[in-house]
Amino acid sequence: MSDPTTENLKRTPLYDVHVEHGAKLVPFAGYEMPVQYSMGVKDEHLWTREQAGLFDVSHMGPCFLSLEDGIGGGDEAHAKIAALVETLVPSDIAGLKEGQARLTVLLNEDGGILDDLIITRPIGEAAQGSLYIVVNGAVKDADWALFERSFQGKAVLTRADDRILFALQGPKAVDVMSDFFPGCEELKFMHHMPFELNGTSCIVSRCGYTGEDGFEVLVKPEAGLPLVNEMLTDERVKPIGLGARDSLRLEAGLCLYGHDMDPTRDPVEADLAWVIQKVRRERADFPGAERILKARTEGTAEKRVGIRPLERAPAREGTMIQVDGQPVGIVTSGGFGPSVDHPVAMGYVRSDLAGPGTKIDLMVRGKARLAEVVSLPFVPHNYKR
Amino acid sequence: MTRYTQPTTFYTKEHEWVTVHNDLATVGITHYAENQLGDIVFVELPDVGAEFATGDDMAVVESVKAASDVYAPIAGKVVEVNAVLADKPETVNESPREKGWFCVLEIKDGAEIASLMDEEAYKAFCEGL
Repeated sequence: MSDPTTENLKRTPLYDVHVEHGAKLVPFAGYEMPVQYSMGVKDEHLWTREQAGLFDVSHMGPCFLSLEDGIGGGDEAHAKIAALVETLVPSDIAGLKEGQARLTVLLNEDGGILDDLIITRPIGEAAQGSLYIVVNGAVKDADWALFERSFQGKAVLTRADDRILFALQGPKAVDVMSDFFPGCEELKFMHHMPFELNGTSCIVSRCGYTGEDGFEVLVKPEAGLPLVNEMLTDERVKPIGLGARDSLRLEAGLCLYGHDMDPTRDPVEADLAWVIQKVRRERADFPGAERILKARTEGTAEKRVGIRPLERAPAREGTMIQVDGQPVGIVTSGGFGPSVDHPVAMGYVRSDLAGPGTKIDLMVRGKARLAEVVSLPFVPHNYKR
Repeated sequence: MTRYTQPTTFYTKEHEWVTVHNDLATVGITHYAENQLGDIVFVELPDVGAEFATGDDMAVVESVKAASDVYAPIAGKVVEVNAVLADKPETVNESPREKGWFCVLEIKDGAEIASLMDEEAYKAFCEGL
């Protein structure tokens, strides 16, 4: 009899690679994904901070959005596609330089966050009028339906989630990557380059979700599978599962959609106001602009903060935060940070308690455990600026 | 009812081990359990003097991934807890059957021991998983 929990789950093109490397597979965002390999979460986490970790993120939502009447046409075409996308996001997409990428958020009409996503402007005149966009796996169908509804007759969406999307993260990632993609070491953080690999075009971006220097590669399975297999023979590279991906991003203070932000939170209370560039604030032409700009000047009831438990007990998602026995907030991500060798968490607290150094109680299994509000990240970012 | 004048170890389906010696039972989790949990970063132990019925939540083990309950394998009163685990929870991974014990219970009802598995039965149980 088939296991009901794995029924109807999709597999990424790297499924066999996971099995070969002893992955423990779990259902995640509709896919059977590796939560860890034989090394274990803690060692995979530490390996990524010291060497290079390879993550299968093919469950995510890479896609291309292109003008309906064709791409090409340089800056004018870019301005046209940017204007469309800017109706849904508050970031300056028109102002992106060729090859540049930006983190932004998809907003509902109230200014609540529907997803976070990375939007990249392609390189070369002939490619202008299209954007490379990566959305979260868990909400990709909803995001893409929103794109299609919003841009009907104006832009065409091409899903690329049948391809391999993998990340190589860590201080050794650049050396490994430059063996396969000579010249990629010149890329700066949040920039990308197209490459040819065995006659197949692929996209190499310098970004990631660990706080470390690293890259993400979008490539078709026929070229990507041999590439990943060869990378994994390199002694600096180990496959890393979702468990370590979560502890790495949490230590790096990076939000996880559906946990640290959701449609009830706006970018200001999520401490993501920096994704809204000045030009967009001045124009105030994005969904929920009124609420968001008011929140920016007048403040919000709650704010997302870093939380450091002062005892050894980790505080997980959903843990109530109290001060003087009164509820003042909730933990939205929490666990153990192997690099800081201590529990780490983030969550929302009443804005008057959001200052670093504020003492709070975390209600773990009915017991108040002392913690402190801290600045994020827990470990410094090592991006190549 | 058998009285165990020599330390004798039994097991539960929840992957706890119980070493019975006269009126006392030392409790921990098995290699299978610690391996499934992965790197253990925190153990919440019961208070000395606490009394548990069989199957009560007795302790909590936190790995990097998640928190898991540890149930009282038999009824009893806690007479000692392993203080080493407060600072070195990884001891449970390193030495689940020796240094990584959780607590010692004063056995309430010796007849309950008959419901536990012996080494051979537990081995067969694990192989069937």
